[in-house]
Amino acid sequence: MGDSSMSTDDIPKGKQTAVKLAETDFAADKREHDVGSAVADYWTRVRSGDLGAIPAILGLVGLVVLFTALRPDTFLSKGNIANLFIQALPYTILALGLVFVLLLGEIDLSAGVASGVCGAVMAKLITDSGQPWYVAVLAAVVTGVVIGSVIGWLVAWVRIPSFVVTLALFLGLQGVTLKLIGEGGTVPVRDDVIVAIANKNMPIWLGWTLAVVTALGYGVSQFLRWYRQHSRGLHAKPVQLIAARVAVVAVVLLLGTFLLSRDRAPSPLITLAGVPWGVPLVAVLLIIATFVLGRTSYGRHVYAVGGNAEAARRAGINVNRIRMSVFVIGSTLAAISGIVLASRLNSVAPGSGGGNTLLLGVGAAVIGGTSLFGGRGRARDAILGGLVIAVIDNGLGLLGTKAYANYLITGGVLLLAASIDAIASRRRSATGR
Amino acid sequence: MPGKAASVGAVTPLVTLRGVSKRFGPVQVLHDVDFTARAGEVTALVGDNGAGKTTLVKCVGGVHAPDAGEYRFDGRPVRLGSPREAAALGIEVVHQDLALCENLDIVENMFLGRERRLGVALDEAAMEDEAIRVLSRLSVRTIGSVRRRVSDLSGGQRQTVAIARAVLWDSRVVVLDEPAAALGVAQTQQVLEIVRRLADKGLAVILISHNMNDVFAVSDQIAALYLGRMAAQVRTADVTHRQVVELITSGRSGDLGLAV
Repeated sequence: MGDSSMSTDDIPKGKQTAVKLAETDFAADKREHDVGSAVADYWTRVRSGDLGAIPAILGLVGLVVLFTALRPDTFLSKGNIANLFIQALPYTILALGLVFVLLLGEIDLSAGVASGVCGAVMAKLITDSGQPWYVAVLAAVVTGVVIGSVIGWLVAWVRIPSFVVTLALFLGLQGVTLKLIGEGGTVPVRDDVIVAIANKNMPIWLGWTLAVVTALGYGVSQFLRWYRQHSRGLHAKPVQLIAARVAVVAVVLLLGTFLLSRDRAPSPLITLAGVPWGVPLVAVLLIIATFVLGRTSYGRHVYAVGGNAEAARRAGINVNRIRMSVFVIGSTLAAISGIVLASRLNSVAPGSGGGNTLLLGVGAAVIGGTSLFGGRGRARDAILGGLVIAVIDNGLGLLGTKAYANYLITGGVLLLAASIDAIASRRRSATGR
Repeated sequence: MPGKAASVGAVTPLVTLRGVSKRFGPVQVLHDVDFTARAGEVTALVGDNGAGKTTLVKCVGGVHAPDAGEYRFDGRPVRLGSPREAAALGIEVVHQDLALCENLDIVENMFLGRERRLGVALDEAAMEDEAIRVLSRLSVRTIGSVRRRVSDLSGGQRQTVAIARAVLWDSRVVVLDEPAAALGVAQTQQVLEIVRRLADKGLAVILISHNMNDVFAVSDQIAALYLGRMAAQVRTADVTHRQVVELITSGRSGDLGLAV
């Protein structure tokens, strides 16, 4: 076809000057980034308001230093480090579901109490009806799916703002939990499997094996991806950066396993060591969510609808279906979070999932770097933010802060995270040319 | 694709509308309009606001079905019920307000809604390859990396991405609604080069524009609508700037245009 293309002079024209056709070949930026240019690109992105994980990591380091300074004996003790991870589990899972909702620029204010309802359903089935744990867990998850479907349907098809729908459910669902459990009562959870999630540890060898396998798997997948891109001459990050990233992940995994594999029993007579079972549960959920958001067309469509719903609609994406699905995912993960919370507390109370649970979940997602304005965020944000939230929660507990101050501080942290997000987002649109 | 090679430079127009009328309630928007667009040519569609340009291209693009008249695509009569059916024939419309997601990169935008997959996972490498191939075919040299986010691109670059996305699907007809409307001088020039290049590659390009300089710079034919009627469709080489303006403003110019 190239031969048949007309040169400028042949194009039939009126009296106006013809457009000059530049015949320069396409010179797409296929150059391999070197470390310097990649770092420079990253810095440009940060300056234009794309902060990524920076606030969460800075916050995490700062808080750990702060609490270590204030409570040098207890904060970094073996037992407390394990506590931190266990405390982070429910918030992290809740936040993981909220990341999907926030990616569309929507909000689910009922996620916390939905986790309470689902936990209550599970507890009632085990304790009162004597059902096996898997039936109870399935019922809790189905409850989450139903709640999410109702929210999604009201938001996507009836077109009520998600804020209003989920505020209504926030109130309504607390009534459901209260009805299920009865006023003033609590339902104990004694099933071995459920209790084990937050209270029992994997054997030491299994913890190490999983950590090594995960680190290797991550490394192999990253290098394979780099190799595929590199060998086809496509846009690829410099291999040194990938190596550095893999090294950081491996070190974090192995260090975490090491810290949790030490005997943390308060008495020398018993041994208490190993990675809590809830940690691999969160890891699996994180891997699935990362894959879904980053590597499937469903995930791509979630980002597209969050970025520009009209463009997504014109591209043939069923926007309503996507909108409904994120609420289903959000509430389903809330159900799992409710199960883990029940495991940690060994019981479900009428107030489960109420109070500041939701605030902490949203806070975790936003602190991790997921934008409240939609279209930006990753699954790992929930983990990073969840750890920050757990450190705050745990540290304040060690300091013996009064309840009122606890609320004030947690609310303040959420506002701070939201402010960073809002300012960064304004910067993005200002530099977005 | 037997039609594809044959239609390049062929005498039969790719898109032919004969006596097309369209009415919205009491308002007759198009009266008995004839319009053709040939492969390898840029057909400019001009007319004042409300003359019916957008309705006409919506009929071409399958958004509206004409109330009366004949629509032939590559010689065969067709009746398009939706933009999807039009896309299946190879007719793509690039809207005035660009339908791009700013939080996605160029490749992701170009394949949005029609991603390539390997099993359940996205085939990123294949999509990136294909995006680069299409952009090089358009001799686009102003994009930088195809993995740049659209939010980092200028207006002209965004327009380029939107156009490239339209031709990614072996399209045969591309409708461009005011592609240079909000662009600066240099960027307009770049976009017009691409418009010209699309036609040179054998596509039928329908260009809506208000800017006479742009129209004369790239078009082979000019179709002027006046109050919902086709005042004239003429070869660009045969008319002057002033004649076209008269066709737009009064529906006739000398012996051209609508009968009094």
